[in-house]
Amino acid sequence: MDRDTLLENMKTAVIEGNKQQAEELARKAVEQKEDLLDMIENGFVPGIQKVGDMWEKGDYFLPELIASAEAMKAAMNILQPEMEKIGVKARSTGRVVIGTVEGDIHDIGKSLVSSLLSANGFDVIDLGADVKLTLFIEKAEEVKADLICLSSLLTTTMLGQKRLLNMLSEKNIRDKYKILVGGAPVTRQWSENIGADGYAENAMSAVVEAKKLVDRKG
Amino acid sequence: MIPKVRPKIELLGKSFIEKIIQEALLLLEKEGVFIENEEASRLLQDAGMNCDKGKKRFFITRGLVQKCLDSTPSSVSLFDRSGEKEFVLGRDNVHFDPGSAAVSVLDHKTRRQRIPVTRDLVRFSRLTDSLEHFHFQSTGIISSDVPDLIADSYRLYIALQFSAKPVITGTFRIEGFRPMLDMLLAVRGNAKNLAQKPLAIFDACPSPPLKWSNLTTQSLIDCAKNGIPSELISMGLTGATSPVTIGGTLVQHTAENLSGLVICQLAQKGAPVIFGGSPSSFDMRRGTTPMGAIETMMIDCAYSQIGKYLGLPTHAYMGLSDTKVNDSQAGLESGMGVLLAALAGINVVSGAGMMDFESCQSLEKLVIDHEICGMAYRLIQGIEQRDEPLALNLFQGFTPETQFLSMPHTRQWYRQEQFFPDIIDRDTYDTWVGKGEKDASERARDRVEDILNNKPPNRIKEDIQKKLHGIMQTDASRNGLDSLPPADL
Repeated sequence: MDRDTLLENMKTAVIEGNKQQAEELARKAVEQKEDLLDMIENGFVPGIQKVGDMWEKGDYFLPELIASAEAMKAAMNILQPEMEKIGVKARSTGRVVIGTVEGDIHDIGKSLVSSLLSANGFDVIDLGADVKLTLFIEKAEEVKADLICLSSLLTTTMLGQKRLLNMLSEKNIRDKYKILVGGAPVTRQWSENIGADGYAENAMSAVVEAKKLVDRKG
Repeated sequence: MIPKVRPKIELLGKSFIEKIIQEALLLLEKEGVFIENEEASRLLQDAGMNCDKGKKRFFITRGLVQKCLDSTPSSVSLFDRSGEKEFVLGRDNVHFDPGSAAVSVLDHKTRRQRIPVTRDLVRFSRLTDSLEHFHFQSTGIISSDVPDLIADSYRLYIALQFSAKPVITGTFRIEGFRPMLDMLLAVRGNAKNLAQKPLAIFDACPSPPLKWSNLTTQSLIDCAKNGIPSELISMGLTGATSPVTIGGTLVQHTAENLSGLVICQLAQKGAPVIFGGSPSSFDMRRGTTPMGAIETMMIDCAYSQIGKYLGLPTHAYMGLSDTKVNDSQAGLESGMGVLLAALAGINVVSGAGMMDFESCQSLEKLVIDHEICGMAYRLIQGIEQRDEPLALNLFQGFTPETQFLSMPHTRQWYRQEQFFPDIIDRDTYDTWVGKGEKDASERARDRVEDILNNKPPNRIKEDIQKKLHGIMQTDASRNGLDSLPPADL
């Protein structure tokens, strides 16, 4: 398959949310010894950008969005180790530690954000659900994260978001990280009240917000 | 006299109900359920259930489910503070209570949400206490002026202080159960009285799909042992945390409820359990969980039918709206929910006052929703044959001038035939203008202030006040709060 066909098919695979196809194309690119950075930036990335546009226009709903993000992620999982082998680094938008706060084992919203963030070039460390507040901090310190994303689906566990912010302040490391909060009951007002840096009302806006926060961090 | 018909709505036929139950039983048997609690793990293994190596996934046989269903009471009674007034949760009885655990309140003046404090919780409890169509109160608001760690017990503390109604509540932490139980014991006097006359229901929410966390499982076990009814709050989100089809979601809902029921019965045979939930249709565009969606209400009505078929008391979160202010969306969504719940004969209907996806409580909405509940009660009262004949005698020798207003028959029946609204506007235009051109939320606001300013608080006896305060203070001190905020407001 020539480069242009490969890139075009990659874009289509992501737009259609065809995970299997995306993986096959990624493998093909490796086999053909293509420039993998070129494959990502001119094949898969335009695909996910188009998906973002279709979401904005209202043509795509969450099921399409998640399928595309999954396809993108699957392709990246094949390409990244290959690139590391030859010492090429994919451009990272920022490093994110994400999880659902302790006491809350709801995964869905957080996983959606996690997938979309990595599909959009973030380096994502997903701690899963029911994550101890201390673990967020330990992990963020360990990987030198730019951003900590906290999700809560329960009104009761939202309070954990506030506690985490307090913990960061007590440790005098509040300024090291940008904090993005989300989850069904979370509101902008809540985020402002607890002193978070950003708030996202849905998965797509989480990506936009995360990009803004990382840029601001400079 | 011709017996009256109880107006009713049914969304599922018998064969569909049976199919859902069969699939739910197979699901529990073949795929199992996650239970992250040691005590429950022991109970299930002692009952001969298989589990995976990590002892997290349990496979529950239909035989055990059936046995547990057999030992679960088909109705539950709650009693008010005095222990005299009984509320039966069973058959098609309907009891309304406000929604629970709001993290914000709507400020009427600014039309904005704000973080609640003790004063809001007290006002909410007092208001609920004085509104007759709410049979129960709920620990409806999380107060931000006490540490998060005691948010659960503090809600119950205020509720018991300021209202005589039975309480729908629940724990946020495993350690929360003890002080909360102690408070209930303080009101009832001893464990035997509390078990005989339950004062509170504890909600326990499995995490979809099919997961019981340590906290919620422990709540089931602790409640079962103390005769406190557990309300099982399954909350699949269609297409997100449960199958997208309503039928598929009902299978998961039923399996979650049945597994919770099994845990309760293994902890204490005969423990009261309520087949409940707070599922919702998942908004595929916004990723939100609309409680006012028509599909959400359809799921609620349908699973309550399944609960009834299984011979269990039922519960649902209905009468909520996803609106952000008291607009027409608030009225229409809440109105539909309350009416459908009443027609479905759901025993505990929680949700009044709530908006914004179960996160915000509005006292004005609470008052308006209360009126909807009153109308719903009128509806399910149905149409009665009051006398024999119905009307013929009233028309004896009638003329074109005949009117009914002055007939004794009218005076005899009008108060039973008609519901008298409080907030709903039925004035003429000029009268409405004369009264200040107020919309429903403004009239509701006046009503809120009228009640709170003029009706003395329904405080619990002073010796019990002190006991409750002692229990709460101990719990607070243990969690870093030396003195409680003043609650005498």
